[in-house]
Amino acid sequence: MLATAPPRPAPPATPQRRRAIGEVLLAVENISLRFGGVRALTDVSFDIRKGEIRAIIGPNGAGKSSMLNVINGFYHPQEGRIVWKGRVLPRMRPHEAAAGGIARTFQNIALFKGMSTLDNIMTGRILKMRASFIEQALWIGRGRSEELRERAFVERLLDFLEITHIRHTPVGKLPYGLQKRVELARALAMEPELLLLDEPMAGMNLEEKEDMCRFILDVNEEFGTTVALIEHDMSVVMDISDRVVVLDYGKLLADGTPDQVRNDPAVIAAYLGVAHG
Amino acid sequence: MAELGPVLEVLLGGLMSGVLYALVALGFVLIFKASGVFNFAQGAMVLFAALSLVRLAEWLPFPIAFLVTIIIMIAVAWAIERLVLRPLVGQHGLILFMATIGVTFFLDGFGQTIWGSNVYQLDLGIPASPWFLLESVFPGGLLVSPIDVFAAVIAGALVIALSIFFHSTKIGRALRAVADDHQAAQSVGIPLNRIWLIVWSTAGIVALVAGMAWGSKLGVQFSLSLVALKALPVLILGGLTSIPGAIVGGLVVGAGEKLAEFYIGPAIGGGIEYWFAYVLALAVLLVRPQGLFGEKIIERV
Repeated sequence: MLATAPPRPAPPATPQRRRAIGEVLLAVENISLRFGGVRALTDVSFDIRKGEIRAIIGPNGAGKSSMLNVINGFYHPQEGRIVWKGRVLPRMRPHEAAAGGIARTFQNIALFKGMSTLDNIMTGRILKMRASFIEQALWIGRGRSEELRERAFVERLLDFLEITHIRHTPVGKLPYGLQKRVELARALAMEPELLLLDEPMAGMNLEEKEDMCRFILDVNEEFGTTVALIEHDMSVVMDISDRVVVLDYGKLLADGTPDQVRNDPAVIAAYLGVAHG
Repeated sequence: MAELGPVLEVLLGGLMSGVLYALVALGFVLIFKASGVFNFAQGAMVLFAALSLVRLAEWLPFPIAFLVTIIIMIAVAWAIERLVLRPLVGQHGLILFMATIGVTFFLDGFGQTIWGSNVYQLDLGIPASPWFLLESVFPGGLLVSPIDVFAAVIAGALVIALSIFFHSTKIGRALRAVADDHQAAQSVGIPLNRIWLIVWSTAGIVALVAGMAWGSKLGVQFSLSLVALKALPVLILGGLTSIPGAIVGGLVVGAGEKLAEFYIGPAIGGGIEYWFAYVLALAVLLVRPQGLFGEKIIERV
Protein backbone atom coordinates (compact mmCIF):
# COMPACT_ATOMS: atom_id res chain seq x y z
CA MET A 1 0.00 0.00 0.00
CA LEU A 2 2.58 2.52 1.11
CA ALA A 3 4.96 1.61 -1.66
CA THR A 4 2.42 2.29 -4.40
CA ALA A 5 1.35 5.67 -3.02
CA PRO A 6 2.28 8.32 -5.56
CA PRO A 7 5.03 10.65 -4.48
CA ARG A 8 3.93 14.06 -3.27
CA PRO A 9 4.01 16.54 -6.10
CA ALA A 10 6.44 19.36 -5.80
CA PRO A 11 4.93 22.28 -3.92
CA PRO A 12 2.99 24.53 -6.26
CA ALA A 13 5.11 27.28 -7.63
CA THR A 14 4.02 29.92 -5.19
CA PRO A 15 6.16 32.71 -6.62
CA GLN A 16 4.21 32.56 -9.88
CA ARG A 17 0.98 32.83 -7.96
CA ARG A 18 1.96 36.05 -6.27
CA ARG A 19 0.01 38.18 -8.65
CA ALA A 20 -3.54 39.31 -8.34
CA ILE A 21 -3.69 39.76 -4.58
CA GLY A 22 -5.54 43.00 -4.25
CA GLU A 23 -7.38 45.16 -1.78
CA VAL A 24 -9.07 43.95 1.37
CA LEU A 25 -12.21 41.96 0.51
CA LEU A 26 -13.31 41.14 4.02
CA ALA A 27 -12.11 42.35 7.37
CA VAL A 28 -13.17 41.05 10.75
CA GLU A 29 -12.55 43.64 13.43
CA ASN A 30 -12.34 42.92 17.15
CA ILE A 31 -14.74 39.99 16.99
CA SER A 32 -15.78 38.48 20.32
CA LEU A 33 -18.21 35.60 20.46
CA ARG A 34 -19.54 33.96 23.61
CA PHE A 35 -21.87 31.04 24.22
CA GLY A 36 -23.12 31.62 27.72
CA GLY A 37 -19.96 31.73 29.78
CA VAL A 38 -17.77 30.11 27.15
CA ARG A 39 -15.61 32.46 25.13
CA ALA A 40 -15.34 31.06 21.63
CA LEU A 41 -13.59 34.09 20.16
CA THR A 42 -11.97 37.01 21.92
CA ASP A 43 -11.11 40.24 20.14
CA VAL A 44 -10.03 38.66 16.86
CA SER A 45 -9.11 40.88 13.92
CA PHE A 46 -7.67 39.99 10.53
CA ASP A 47 -8.43 40.60 6.90
CA ILE A 48 -8.80 38.60 3.72
CA ARG A 49 -7.53 40.15 0.51
CA LYS A 50 -9.04 39.74 -2.89
CA GLY A 51 -7.57 36.81 -4.80
CA GLU A 52 -5.61 35.22 -1.99
CA ILE A 53 -5.80 31.86 -0.32
CA ARG A 54 -6.04 32.54 3.36
CA ALA A 55 -5.66 29.74 5.88
CA ILE A 56 -7.04 29.74 9.40
CA ILE A 57 -5.24 27.23 11.58
CA GLY A 58 -5.08 26.39 15.23
CA PRO A 59 -5.41 23.49 17.65
CA ASN A 60 -8.79 21.86 18.27
CA GLY A 61 -11.25 24.21 19.95
CA ALA A 62 -9.31 27.28 18.88
CA GLY A 63 -12.42 28.88 17.41
CA LYS A 64 -11.70 28.32 13.72
CA SER A 65 -15.13 27.01 12.78
CA SER A 66 -16.77 29.65 14.97
CA MET A 67 -14.91 32.26 12.94
CA LEU A 68 -16.28 30.88 9.65
CA ASN A 69 -19.75 30.75 11.16
CA VAL A 70 -19.45 34.39 12.14
CA ILE A 71 -18.35 35.36 8.64
CA ASN A 72 -21.28 33.69 6.93
CA GLY A 73 -23.87 34.69 9.50
CA PHE A 74 -24.62 31.47 11.38
CA TYR A 75 -23.33 33.12 14.55
CA HIS A 76 -23.62 36.73 15.53
CA PRO A 77 -20.72 38.03 17.59
CA GLN A 78 -21.43 40.03 20.74
CA GLU A 79 -18.71 42.50 19.84
CA GLY A 80 -16.85 43.58 16.76
CA ARG A 81 -17.84 44.11 13.18
CA ILE A 82 -17.39 42.64 9.75
CA VAL A 83 -16.44 44.83 6.82
CA TRP A 84 -17.30 43.30 3.44
CA LYS A 85 -16.00 45.12 0.37
CA GLY A 86 -15.55 48.32 2.35
CA ARG A 87 -19.02 48.33 3.89
CA VAL A 88 -19.85 47.37 7.45
CA LEU A 89 -22.23 44.45 7.31
CA PRO A 90 -25.32 44.65 9.47
CA ARG A 91 -26.31 41.54 11.44
CA MET A 92 -26.95 39.22 8.57
CA ARG A 93 -28.37 35.78 8.17
CA PRO A 94 -26.67 32.97 6.24
CA HIS A 95 -28.86 33.27 3.15
CA GLU A 96 -28.05 36.97 3.00
CA ALA A 97 -24.35 36.19 3.15
CA ALA A 98 -24.89 33.78 0.25
CA ALA A 99 -26.67 36.46 -1.75
CA GLY A 100 -23.79 38.81 -0.96
CA GLY A 101 -21.25 36.45 -2.54
CA ILE A 102 -20.02 34.27 0.33
CA ALA A 103 -20.21 30.50 -0.18
CA ARG A 104 -18.98 27.77 2.12
CA THR A 105 -18.52 24.10 2.80
CA PHE A 106 -18.86 22.36 6.13
CA GLN A 107 -16.57 20.36 8.35
CA ASN A 108 -19.01 17.45 8.53
CA ILE A 109 -20.24 17.61 4.92
CA ALA A 110 -23.69 19.15 4.68
CA LEU A 111 -25.07 17.84 1.42
CA PHE A 112 -28.65 17.10 0.47
CA LYS A 113 -28.22 13.36 0.85
CA GLY A 114 -31.38 12.24 -0.88
CA MET A 115 -30.72 14.31 -3.98
CA SER A 116 -28.43 13.51 -6.92
CA THR A 117 -25.06 15.15 -7.41
CA LEU A 118 -26.57 17.26 -10.17
CA ASP A 119 -29.51 18.43 -8.06
CA ASN A 120 -27.22 19.23 -5.16
CA ILE A 121 -25.08 21.45 -7.33
CA MET A 122 -28.13 22.99 -8.98
CA THR A 123 -29.22 24.28 -5.55
CA GLY A 124 -26.14 26.47 -5.74
CA ARG A 125 -27.73 28.16 -8.77
CA ILE A 126 -31.00 28.98 -7.03
CA LEU A 127 -30.02 32.59 -6.47
CA LYS A 128 -29.25 32.98 -10.19
CA MET A 129 -32.67 31.83 -11.31
CA ARG A 130 -35.17 34.55 -12.00
CA ALA A 131 -37.98 32.91 -13.95
CA SER A 132 -41.41 33.06 -12.38
CA PHE A 133 -43.00 30.15 -10.67
CA ILE A 134 -45.49 29.59 -13.49
CA GLU A 135 -42.80 29.64 -16.19
CA GLN A 136 -40.83 27.02 -14.29
CA ALA A 137 -43.79 24.81 -13.50
CA LEU A 138 -45.02 24.82 -17.09
CA TRP A 139 -41.50 24.67 -18.57
CA ILE A 140 -42.13 27.66 -20.83
CA GLY A 141 -40.38 30.93 -21.64
CA ARG A 142 -37.64 31.87 -19.23
CA GLY A 143 -38.37 28.82 -17.10
CA ARG A 144 -37.08 26.54 -19.84
CA SER A 145 -34.19 28.62 -21.13
CA GLU A 146 -32.94 29.33 -17.63
CA GLU A 147 -33.01 25.71 -16.50
CA LEU A 148 -31.05 24.71 -19.61
CA ARG A 149 -28.54 27.52 -19.13
CA GLU A 150 -27.95 26.67 -15.47
CA ARG A 151 -27.75 22.99 -16.26
CA ALA A 152 -25.02 23.74 -18.80
CA PHE A 153 -23.16 25.79 -16.19
CA VAL A 154 -23.32 22.92 -13.72
CA GLU A 155 -22.10 20.48 -16.38
CA ARG A 156 -18.97 22.61 -16.82
CA LEU A 157 -18.43 22.48 -13.06
CA LEU A 158 -18.86 18.71 -13.00
CA ASP A 159 -16.26 18.53 -15.72
CA PHE A 160 -13.90 20.88 -13.92
CA LEU A 161 -14.05 18.85 -10.71
CA GLU A 162 -13.95 15.53 -12.57
CA ILE A 163 -17.21 14.22 -11.20
CA THR A 164 -19.24 13.84 -14.41
CA HIS A 165 -19.51 10.08 -13.85
CA ILE A 166 -21.52 10.52 -10.63
CA ARG A 167 -23.93 13.09 -12.09
CA HIS A 168 -27.06 11.10 -11.25
CA THR A 169 -25.90 9.28 -8.13
CA PRO A 170 -27.65 10.19 -4.88
CA VAL A 171 -24.87 11.83 -2.90
CA GLY A 172 -25.60 9.79 0.21
CA LYS A 173 -24.18 6.79 -1.63
CA LEU A 174 -20.90 8.42 -2.60
CA PRO A 175 -17.65 7.79 -0.79
CA TYR A 176 -16.48 10.50 1.55
CA GLY A 177 -13.87 12.06 -0.70
CA LEU A 178 -16.33 12.50 -3.56
CA GLN A 179 -18.94 13.96 -1.22
CA LYS A 180 -16.42 16.60 -0.24
CA ARG A 181 -15.90 17.36 -3.91
CA VAL A 182 -19.64 17.64 -4.59
CA GLU A 183 -19.91 20.02 -1.68
CA LEU A 184 -17.13 22.13 -3.19
CA ALA A 185 -18.97 22.06 -6.53
CA ARG A 186 -22.17 23.28 -4.90
CA ALA A 187 -20.34 26.18 -3.29
CA LEU A 188 -18.63 27.03 -6.59
CA ALA A 189 -21.97 26.93 -8.40
CA MET A 190 -22.82 30.08 -6.48
CA GLU A 191 -19.92 31.85 -8.24
CA PRO A 192 -18.86 33.28 -4.90
CA GLU A 193 -16.41 36.09 -4.40
CA LEU A 194 -15.31 34.51 -1.15
CA LEU A 195 -15.21 30.76 -0.65
CA LEU A 196 -15.03 29.47 2.91
CA LEU A 197 -13.80 25.90 3.26
CA ASP A 198 -14.06 24.20 6.64
CA GLU A 199 -11.46 21.43 6.67
CA PRO A 200 -11.76 20.54 2.99
CA MET A 201 -9.25 17.71 3.35
CA ALA A 202 -10.22 16.23 6.69
CA GLY A 203 -10.47 12.46 6.60
CA MET A 204 -9.06 12.14 3.10
CA ASN A 205 -6.29 9.88 1.96
CA LEU A 206 -3.16 11.30 0.41
CA GLU A 207 -4.35 11.03 -3.17
CA GLU A 208 -7.68 12.68 -2.39
CA LYS A 209 -5.87 15.44 -0.53
CA GLU A 210 -3.67 16.13 -3.50
CA ASP A 211 -6.68 16.28 -5.80
CA MET A 212 -8.44 18.66 -3.46
CA CYS A 213 -5.35 20.89 -3.21
CA ARG A 214 -5.17 21.04 -6.96
CA PHE A 215 -8.85 21.97 -7.23
CA ILE A 216 -8.52 24.73 -4.66
CA LEU A 217 -5.52 26.19 -6.45
CA ASP A 218 -7.27 25.89 -9.82
CA VAL A 219 -10.39 27.61 -8.51
CA ASN A 220 -8.28 30.38 -7.11
CA GLU A 221 -6.28 30.84 -10.28
CA GLU A 222 -8.88 30.27 -12.98
CA PHE A 223 -11.87 31.96 -11.40
CA GLY A 224 -9.97 34.40 -9.22
CA THR A 225 -12.03 33.25 -6.26
CA THR A 226 -10.76 34.33 -2.89
CA VAL A 227 -10.47 31.34 -0.58
CA ALA A 228 -10.42 31.17 3.21
CA LEU A 229 -9.84 27.69 4.52
CA ILE A 230 -9.48 25.90 7.80
CA GLU A 231 -7.08 23.01 7.68
CA HIS A 232 -5.25 20.75 10.08
CA ASP A 233 -2.69 19.33 7.70
CA MET A 234 0.16 21.77 8.12
CA SER A 235 2.02 20.74 4.99
CA VAL A 236 -1.11 21.46 2.94
CA VAL A 237 -1.56 24.83 4.59
CA MET A 238 2.04 25.83 4.06
CA ASP A 239 1.93 24.68 0.43
CA ILE A 240 -1.14 26.40 -0.83
CA SER A 241 -1.90 29.43 1.28
CA ASP A 242 -0.66 32.96 0.78
CA ARG A 243 -1.21 34.06 4.35
CA VAL A 244 -2.06 32.22 7.53
CA VAL A 245 -4.03 33.25 10.62
CA VAL A 246 -3.33 31.23 13.75
CA LEU A 247 -5.98 31.06 16.47
CA ASP A 248 -5.54 29.55 19.90
CA TYR A 249 -8.16 29.47 22.65
CA GLY A 250 -10.24 31.93 20.65
CA LYS A 251 -7.49 34.51 20.42
CA LEU A 252 -5.35 35.60 17.52
CA LEU A 253 -1.93 34.07 18.01
CA ALA A 254 -0.17 34.98 14.78
CA ASP A 255 -0.88 36.33 11.31
CA GLY A 256 1.47 36.30 8.36
CA THR A 257 2.95 34.37 5.47
CA PRO A 258 3.50 30.63 5.95
CA ASP A 259 7.18 31.23 6.60
CA GLN A 260 6.56 33.89 9.20
CA VAL A 261 3.98 31.77 10.98
CA ARG A 262 6.09 28.64 10.85
CA ASN A 263 8.91 30.36 12.67
CA ASP A 264 6.77 32.20 15.19
CA PRO A 265 7.74 31.01 18.69
CA ALA A 266 4.17 31.40 19.99
CA VAL A 267 2.87 29.16 17.20
CA ILE A 268 5.53 26.57 17.80
CA ALA A 269 4.66 26.58 21.47
CA ALA A 270 0.94 26.18 20.81
CA TYR A 271 1.45 23.31 18.39
CA LEU A 272 4.29 21.45 19.99
CA GLY A 273 3.85 22.48 23.60
CA VAL A 274 6.47 24.42 25.50
CA ALA A 275 9.27 22.53 27.16
CA HIS A 276 8.60 22.73 30.86
CA GLY A 277 11.27 22.74 33.47
CA MET B 1 -71.08 -11.56 -12.69
CA ALA B 2 -73.65 -11.34 -9.98
CA GLU B 3 -71.10 -12.12 -7.25
CA LEU B 4 -68.60 -9.62 -8.64
CA GLY B 5 -71.00 -6.68 -8.31
CA PRO B 6 -70.93 -6.32 -4.52
CA VAL B 7 -67.16 -6.84 -4.37
CA LEU B 8 -66.57 -4.13 -6.95
CA GLU B 9 -68.89 -1.84 -5.07
CA VAL B 10 -67.02 -2.42 -1.82
CA LEU B 11 -63.70 -1.94 -3.56
CA LEU B 12 -64.83 1.26 -5.21
CA GLY B 13 -66.22 2.62 -1.95
CA GLY B 14 -62.95 1.69 -0.24
CA LEU B 15 -60.81 3.39 -2.85
CA MET B 16 -62.92 6.53 -2.59
CA SER B 17 -62.62 6.74 1.17
CA GLY B 18 -58.94 6.00 0.69
CA VAL B 19 -58.68 9.18 -1.32
CA LEU B 20 -60.05 11.06 1.67
CA TYR B 21 -57.36 9.56 3.91
CA ALA B 22 -54.81 10.44 1.28
CA LEU B 23 -55.90 14.08 1.30
CA VAL B 24 -55.07 14.32 4.99
CA ALA B 25 -51.83 12.36 4.59
CA LEU B 26 -50.77 14.72 1.82
CA GLY B 27 -50.59 17.60 4.29
CA PHE B 28 -48.28 15.59 6.54
CA VAL B 29 -46.04 14.62 3.65
CA LEU B 30 -45.70 18.20 2.43
CA ILE B 31 -44.47 19.47 5.74
CA PHE B 32 -42.31 16.48 6.50
CA LYS B 33 -40.72 16.56 3.06
CA ALA B 34 -39.89 20.22 3.23
CA SER B 35 -38.99 20.78 6.83
CA GLY B 36 -38.41 17.38 8.36
CA VAL B 37 -41.10 18.14 10.92
CA PHE B 38 -43.75 15.58 11.65
CA ASN B 39 -46.69 17.93 12.00
CA PHE B 40 -49.08 16.40 14.46
CA ALA B 41 -51.30 19.48 14.03
CA GLN B 42 -52.37 18.54 10.49
CA GLY B 43 -55.68 17.13 11.77
CA ALA B 44 -56.30 20.25 13.82
CA MET B 45 -55.59 22.33 10.73
CA VAL B 46 -58.20 20.30 8.83
CA LEU B 47 -60.76 21.04 11.53
CA PHE B 48 -59.80 24.69 11.81
CA ALA B 49 -60.00 25.22 8.04
CA ALA B 50 -63.35 23.46 7.73
CA LEU B 51 -64.81 25.37 10.70
CA SER B 52 -63.63 28.70 9.33
CA LEU B 53 -65.08 27.94 5.92
CA VAL B 54 -68.44 26.71 7.14
CA ARG B 55 -68.99 29.63 9.52
CA LEU B 56 -67.80 32.26 7.06
CA ALA B 57 -70.04 30.76 4.38
CA GLU B 58 -73.02 31.51 6.61
CA TRP B 59 -72.74 35.21 5.87
CA LEU B 60 -70.46 35.43 2.85
CA PRO B 61 -70.95 34.02 -0.65
CA PHE B 62 -69.19 30.66 -0.83
CA PRO B 63 -66.32 31.62 -3.19
CA ILE B 64 -65.46 34.62 -1.03
CA ALA B 65 -65.66 32.53 2.15
CA PHE B 66 -63.31 30.05 0.45
CA LEU B 67 -60.79 32.78 -0.39
CA VAL B 68 -60.98 34.29 3.09
CA THR B 69 -60.36 30.83 4.56
CA ILE B 70 -57.27 30.45 2.40
CA ILE B 71 -56.02 33.78 3.74
CA ILE B 72 -56.74 32.61 7.28
CA MET B 73 -54.76 29.41 6.70
CA ILE B 74 -51.83 31.44 5.38
CA ALA B 75 -52.05 33.60 8.50
CA VAL B 76 -52.02 30.46 10.65
CA ALA B 77 -48.95 29.24 8.76
CA TRP B 78 -47.26 32.59 9.29
CA ALA B 79 -48.01 32.52 13.02
CA ILE B 80 -46.73 28.96 13.40
CA GLU B 81 -43.53 29.85 11.54
CA ARG B 82 -42.95 33.00 13.57
CA LEU B 83 -43.97 31.81 17.03
CA VAL B 84 -43.15 28.11 17.04
CA LEU B 85 -40.66 27.13 14.34
CA ARG B 86 -38.35 30.12 14.25
CA PRO B 87 -37.38 29.93 17.92
CA LEU B 88 -36.73 26.20 17.47
CA VAL B 89 -34.50 26.32 14.36
CA GLY B 90 -31.89 23.58 14.45
CA GLN B 91 -33.54 21.68 17.28
CA HIS B 92 -34.03 17.95 17.18
CA GLY B 93 -37.01 16.63 15.19
CA LEU B 94 -38.64 15.27 18.32
CA ILE B 95 -38.73 18.72 19.88
CA LEU B 96 -40.41 20.16 16.81
CA PHE B 97 -42.87 17.27 16.89
CA MET B 98 -43.74 18.07 20.51
CA ALA B 99 -44.23 21.68 19.54
CA THR B 100 -46.75 20.66 16.89
CA ILE B 101 -48.69 18.73 19.56
CA GLY B 102 -48.95 22.05 21.37
CA VAL B 103 -50.16 23.67 18.17
CA THR B 104 -52.80 20.91 17.87
CA PHE B 105 -54.29 21.72 21.27
CA PHE B 106 -54.20 25.41 20.57
CA LEU B 107 -55.86 25.16 17.15
CA ASP B 108 -58.55 22.75 18.38
CA GLY B 109 -59.43 25.03 21.27
CA PHE B 110 -59.03 28.33 19.46
CA GLY B 111 -61.08 27.18 16.47
CA GLN B 112 -63.98 26.04 18.59
CA THR B 113 -63.80 29.15 20.76
CA ILE B 114 -64.18 31.58 17.89
CA TRP B 115 -66.27 29.48 15.51
CA GLY B 116 -68.36 27.42 17.95
CA SER B 117 -68.41 23.72 18.69
CA ASN B 118 -71.67 22.49 17.20
CA VAL B 119 -71.94 20.19 14.24
CA TYR B 120 -72.22 22.35 11.13
CA GLN B 121 -73.48 21.11 7.81
CA LEU B 122 -71.21 21.93 4.90
CA ASP B 123 -73.10 21.97 1.62
CA LEU B 124 -70.85 22.04 -1.42
CA GLY B 125 -73.78 21.86 -3.80
CA ILE B 126 -72.95 18.27 -4.71
CA PRO B 127 -75.94 15.96 -4.87
CA ALA B 128 -76.12 13.74 -1.83
CA SER B 129 -78.03 10.93 -3.48
CA PRO B 130 -75.73 8.22 -4.81
CA TRP B 131 -75.11 7.43 -8.43
CA PHE B 132 -75.66 3.97 -9.83
CA LEU B 133 -73.05 3.03 -12.41
CA LEU B 134 -73.02 0.23 -14.97
CA GLU B 135 -76.59 -0.80 -14.27
CA SER B 136 -76.60 -2.81 -17.47
CA VAL B 137 -73.71 -4.99 -16.29
CA PHE B 138 -74.55 -5.51 -12.63
CA PRO B 139 -78.00 -5.94 -11.20
CA GLY B 140 -78.81 -2.70 -9.38
CA GLY B 141 -75.60 -1.09 -10.63
CA LEU B 142 -72.62 0.04 -8.56
CA LEU B 143 -73.43 2.54 -5.87
CA VAL B 144 -71.05 5.53 -5.87
CA SER B 145 -71.24 8.67 -3.75
CA PRO B 146 -70.81 11.87 -5.79
CA ILE B 147 -68.93 13.54 -2.95
CA ASP B 148 -66.34 10.76 -3.08
CA VAL B 149 -65.92 11.22 -6.80
CA PHE B 150 -65.52 14.95 -6.25
CA ALA B 151 -62.85 14.32 -3.60
CA ALA B 152 -61.03 11.90 -5.87
CA VAL B 153 -60.89 14.39 -8.72
CA ILE B 154 -59.65 17.19 -6.44
CA ALA B 155 -57.05 14.91 -4.86
CA GLY B 156 -55.79 13.86 -8.27
CA ALA B 157 -55.45 17.47 -9.38
CA LEU B 158 -53.65 18.39 -6.15
CA VAL B 159 -51.16 15.56 -6.52
CA ILE B 160 -50.33 16.51 -10.09
CA ALA B 161 -49.92 20.18 -9.17
CA LEU B 162 -47.77 19.40 -6.13
CA SER B 163 -45.58 16.95 -8.02
CA ILE B 164 -44.84 19.56 -10.66
CA PHE B 165 -44.24 22.10 -7.93
CA PHE B 166 -41.72 19.87 -6.14
CA HIS B 167 -39.87 18.58 -9.15
CA SER B 168 -39.60 21.36 -11.65
CA THR B 169 -39.54 24.67 -9.87
CA LYS B 170 -36.71 26.26 -7.99
CA ILE B 171 -38.95 26.61 -4.94
CA GLY B 172 -39.50 22.86 -5.13
CA ARG B 173 -35.77 22.25 -5.29
CA ALA B 174 -35.28 24.64 -2.40
CA LEU B 175 -37.94 22.79 -0.41
CA ARG B 176 -36.19 19.48 -0.90
CA ALA B 177 -32.90 21.06 0.05
CA VAL B 178 -34.35 22.52 3.25
CA ALA B 179 -35.80 19.13 4.13
CA ASP B 180 -32.39 17.50 3.83
CA ASP B 181 -30.22 20.00 5.66
CA HIS B 182 -31.20 23.34 7.16
CA GLN B 183 -27.70 24.74 7.45
CA ALA B 184 -26.57 23.74 3.99
CA ALA B 185 -29.76 25.13 2.49
CA GLN B 186 -29.15 28.47 4.15
CA SER B 187 -25.56 28.49 2.99
CA VAL B 188 -26.60 28.34 -0.67
CA GLY B 189 -28.91 31.29 -0.16
CA ILE B 190 -32.25 29.67 0.61
CA PRO B 191 -34.17 31.71 3.17
CA LEU B 192 -35.43 29.12 5.63
CA ASN B 193 -38.24 31.23 7.00
CA ARG B 194 -39.81 32.02 3.64
CA ILE B 195 -39.65 28.36 2.62
CA TRP B 196 -41.38 27.29 5.82
CA LEU B 197 -44.08 29.87 5.31
CA ILE B 198 -44.70 28.55 1.78
CA VAL B 199 -44.85 24.93 2.93
CA TRP B 200 -47.11 25.52 5.90
CA SER B 201 -49.40 27.66 3.78
CA THR B 202 -49.60 24.92 1.17
CA ALA B 203 -50.29 22.37 3.89
CA GLY B 204 -52.98 24.71 5.22
CA ILE B 205 -54.65 24.84 1.83
CA VAL B 206 -54.44 21.06 1.50
CA ALA B 207 -56.01 20.87 4.98
CA LEU B 208 -58.83 23.09 3.75
CA VAL B 209 -59.53 20.79 0.81
CA ALA B 210 -59.44 17.75 3.10
CA GLY B 211 -61.70 19.56 5.54
CA MET B 212 -64.21 20.31 2.79
CA ALA B 213 -64.32 16.72 1.62
CA TRP B 214 -64.56 15.24 5.13
CA GLY B 215 -66.80 18.01 6.44
CA SER B 216 -69.37 17.56 3.72
CA LYS B 217 -69.43 13.85 4.51
CA LEU B 218 -69.44 13.84 8.31
CA GLY B 219 -70.48 17.40 9.11
CA VAL B 220 -67.98 19.89 10.41
CA GLN B 221 -67.28 18.95 14.01
CA PHE B 222 -64.49 18.13 16.43
CA SER B 223 -64.11 14.56 15.21
CA LEU B 224 -62.59 15.94 11.97
CA SER B 225 -59.48 16.60 13.99
CA LEU B 226 -59.20 12.87 14.60
CA VAL B 227 -59.14 11.84 10.94
CA ALA B 228 -55.45 12.66 11.23
CA LEU B 229 -55.08 9.42 13.17
CA LYS B 230 -56.34 7.51 10.15
CA ALA B 231 -53.68 9.26 8.05
CA LEU B 232 -50.86 7.80 10.16
CA PRO B 233 -51.04 4.25 8.76
CA VAL B 234 -51.38 5.77 5.30
CA LEU B 235 -48.13 7.65 5.87
CA ILE B 236 -46.29 4.59 7.10
CA LEU B 237 -47.51 2.64 4.11
CA GLY B 238 -46.71 5.26 1.51
CA GLY B 239 -43.57 6.67 3.05
CA LEU B 240 -43.32 9.99 4.84
CA THR B 241 -41.66 11.78 1.97
CA SER B 242 -43.60 10.68 -1.08
CA ILE B 243 -46.57 12.55 -2.49
CA PRO B 244 -47.64 9.70 -4.77
CA GLY B 245 -46.98 7.42 -1.80
CA ALA B 246 -49.59 9.27 0.25
CA ILE B 247 -52.15 8.66 -2.47
CA VAL B 248 -51.29 5.01 -3.04
CA GLY B 249 -51.12 4.45 0.73
CA GLY B 250 -54.55 6.01 1.12
CA LEU B 251 -56.02 3.84 -1.60
CA VAL B 252 -54.49 0.65 -0.15
CA VAL B 253 -55.73 1.44 3.34
CA GLY B 254 -59.19 2.49 2.13
CA ALA B 255 -59.71 -0.52 -0.13
CA GLY B 256 -58.01 -2.91 2.26
CA GLU B 257 -60.15 -2.11 5.26
CA LYS B 258 -63.40 -2.25 3.29
CA LEU B 259 -62.49 -5.55 1.64
CA ALA B 260 -61.34 -7.02 4.96
CA GLU B 261 -64.66 -6.00 6.47
CA PHE B 262 -66.48 -7.64 3.56
CA TYR B 263 -64.58 -10.91 3.55
CA ILE B 264 -63.37 -11.46 7.11
CA GLY B 265 -65.88 -9.24 8.92
CA PRO B 266 -68.75 -11.73 9.09
CA ALA B 267 -66.46 -14.42 10.51
CA ILE B 268 -65.13 -12.42 13.43
CA GLY B 269 -68.01 -10.12 14.08
CA GLY B 270 -67.07 -6.95 12.21
CA GLY B 271 -65.34 -3.81 13.41
CA ILE B 272 -62.33 -4.55 11.27
CA GLU B 273 -62.29 -1.04 9.83
CA TYR B 274 -61.15 0.32 13.19
CA TRP B 275 -57.91 -1.59 13.40
CA PHE B 276 -57.12 -2.99 9.97
CA ALA B 277 -55.11 0.03 8.81
CA TYR B 278 -52.86 -0.06 11.87
CA VAL B 279 -52.10 -3.74 11.53
CA LEU B 280 -51.31 -3.23 7.86
CA ALA B 281 -48.98 -0.36 8.75
CA LEU B 282 -47.24 -2.50 11.34
CA ALA B 283 -46.68 -5.24 8.79
CA VAL B 284 -45.20 -2.75 6.33
CA LEU B 285 -42.92 -1.32 9.00
CA LEU B 286 -41.44 -4.77 9.56
CA VAL B 287 -40.61 -5.26 5.91
CA ARG B 288 -39.98 -1.78 4.56
CA PRO B 289 -39.37 0.78 7.32
CA GLN B 290 -39.20 3.61 4.77
CA GLY B 291 -42.65 2.76 3.38
CA LEU B 292 -43.53 1.72 -0.14
CA PHE B 293 -42.34 4.92 -1.78
CA GLY B 294 -40.26 6.64 0.87
CA GLU B 295 -36.71 7.67 0.22
CA LYS B 296 -34.40 4.89 1.23
CA ILE B 297 -32.67 5.80 4.42
CA ILE B 298 -29.05 5.94 3.38
CA GLU B 299 -26.47 5.73 6.05
CA ARG B 300 -22.81 5.08 5.56
CA VAL B 301 -21.14 3.60 8.55
